Amino acid sequence: MTRLHKTDSHGLALDVTKRLGGFALSAELTFPATGVTALFGASGSGKTSLLRLIAGLDGPDDGSIRLAGETLVDTRRGVFVAPHRRRLGVVFQEARLFPHYRVRGNLTYGMPRAKRKRDTVKGPGFDAVVSLLGIEALLDRLPGTLSGGEARRVAIGRALLSEPRMLLLDEPLSGLDAPRKRELLRYIGQLAKRIDIPILFVSHVPEELTAIADHLVVLEHGRVRAHGRLEELLLRFDLTEQLGGFDAASLLEAHLVGHDERYALSTLRLADGQTLAVPRVDAPLGARLRLRVPIRDVALALLPPERTSFRNQLAATVARIDATPGGTGIGNDEVAENSAVEVGLRLGDQPLRARLTRKSLDELGLKEGMSVIALVRSVAFAEVMV
Amino acid sequence: MLSEIEREAIAISLKVAGSAVGWTLIPGIALAWLLARREFRGKALLDGLLHLPLVLPPVVVGYLLLISLGRQGWLGQWLDRLFGIGLPFTWQGAALAGGIMAFPLLVRAVRLSLEAVDPKLEAAASTLGANRWRVLATITLPLALPGVITGTLLAFARALSEFGATMTFAANIPGETRTLPLALYSLIQTPGQEDAAARLCALSIAIAMLALLASEWLARRARRRISERDG
Repeated sequence: MTRLHKTDSHGLALDVTKRLGGFALSAELTFPATGVTALFGASGSGKTSLLRLIAGLDGPDDGSIRLAGETLVDTRRGVFVAPHRRRLGVVFQEARLFPHYRVRGNLTYGMPRAKRKRDTVKGPGFDAVVSLLGIEALLDRLPGTLSGGEARRVAIGRALLSEPRMLLLDEPLSGLDAPRKRELLRYIGQLAKRIDIPILFVSHVPEELTAIADHLVVLEHGRVRAHGRLEELLLRFDLTEQLGGFDAASLLEAHLVGHDERYALSTLRLADGQTLAVPRVDAPLGARLRLRVPIRDVALALLPPERTSFRNQLAATVARIDATPGGTGIGNDEVAENSAVEVGLRLGDQPLRARLTRKSLDELGLKEGMSVIALVRSVAFAEVMV
Repeated sequence: MLSEIEREAIAISLKVAGSAVGWTLIPGIALAWLLARREFRGKALLDGLLHLPLVLPPVVVGYLLLISLGRQGWLGQWLDRLFGIGLPFTWQGAALAGGIMAFPLLVRAVRLSLEAVDPKLEAAASTLGANRWRVLATITLPLALPGVITGTLLAFARALSEFGATMTFAANIPGETRTLPLALYSLIQTPGQEDAAARLCALSIAIAMLALLASEWLARRARRRISERDG
């Protein structure tokens, strides 16, 4: 477990234990005061329980929670700040809009009085939030008539307008279809960039957190398995199973430099100058993008192959080889697990992971420090960052 | 159109039933909330006590009121001495008897509708900065309103039709405690008043029907407001 920084007085610092039936949650953590922190773990790992403790909907058996230096809970000193005094915006899994208020009424429910009269007393005003979330057309509708994605967006807006010191999102994308998911993810990503409120994002889906998170907390069986910056944790082979197993991926950052309308492709340039062709990305030229490259979609070659359908061939250096089998999450099949190896590559400054068979590794004779060609079959997820 | 006796009986009935419900509405909602949302020792006992008037013969309730609140009763003596209040044989006494008989119906209906309000919505409201009272006023009660209306009208109808407990505790005094059912009873006991009794009987049916229709209409309106109201 990573040691926490007790001196961080701006973010959220917690050290709690809570027993729920046969399940015990025990966490000691700090969250930074900015950016998106993803609280990640399988269902039953204690993510939602932890969020409920932070929001004040449950109290810990023992321990304390502090936000920006203010004590929210301290069982030893008998402090418990009621949820309505914590000023934490919570977006629940099931939106929880008030059925007897229209969207407008839901949005203004938590707004401080002063703000209802005048825009932007503090933080973004009503109009700004409404346009940021694209819910202008929904204001006079009743919650019962909204789609899942619309309801989530209204719930996010409602939480945001209550002037929270932190935004807690509990699996806000669950139950949405893929296009809605991507759309809402984009809204949340924009939110994080435009509004200076730390966001805690609870999820069990690796694609979601790699798209928007800056920091990552991995929970496992009620305990903190790891926490730190997302890029660093994604490079840890020992977390592969937690972070998606077979679907594990690395992140690359790139700029959009051109479109090829004829083939519906876009050209991206990586930091080291190499380019990638990906399915057309709907973003302006120059936009910064975050790419998700599944590790099983990266193949390696010693020489640039000719006549291949691999569009993207990137020169890379072998940084490390993880020869220890197991934990790759391919399945319960022992043979399959033993046959796979992970290779850590470097593209300039950017890390990229590849998975190949042990046999390929030996046949290619890969060693740390060797130059290779990384063949990228697909880029699964492109997120517009700015 | 209406005779003096009929008008008087209706006026007393409405006064008695109206104040019976008026005085029990707030305590009834509070008790219903307690039973719906809180766990405490003796909850089952309280629940049982509350339902007692529903299953006891009304005469027993009237008799219990008489021995406790009568001029010689332990509570009655005390009330008389401190405030000069005497409840037996007054219309307030009739209202008390009606209120007690109607109370279980009110609490049951309100409790059911409060239990149907999703506590998750209340939790969401609290994370938006609403304290307990604002949650109650803006989320819990508005969503439970149809049940509150139904309970109120049900209790009103029950108080209106109260006979046994009223007769025992408040007696059948013309111009003071002679409500519709009591007036009807008196007419039935008097030879040659069959027509007047039939008229009163028809009036009772008409008032009961009106109360039921009003309850339905209001509850439906409230349900519609739940799904349509603007914040």
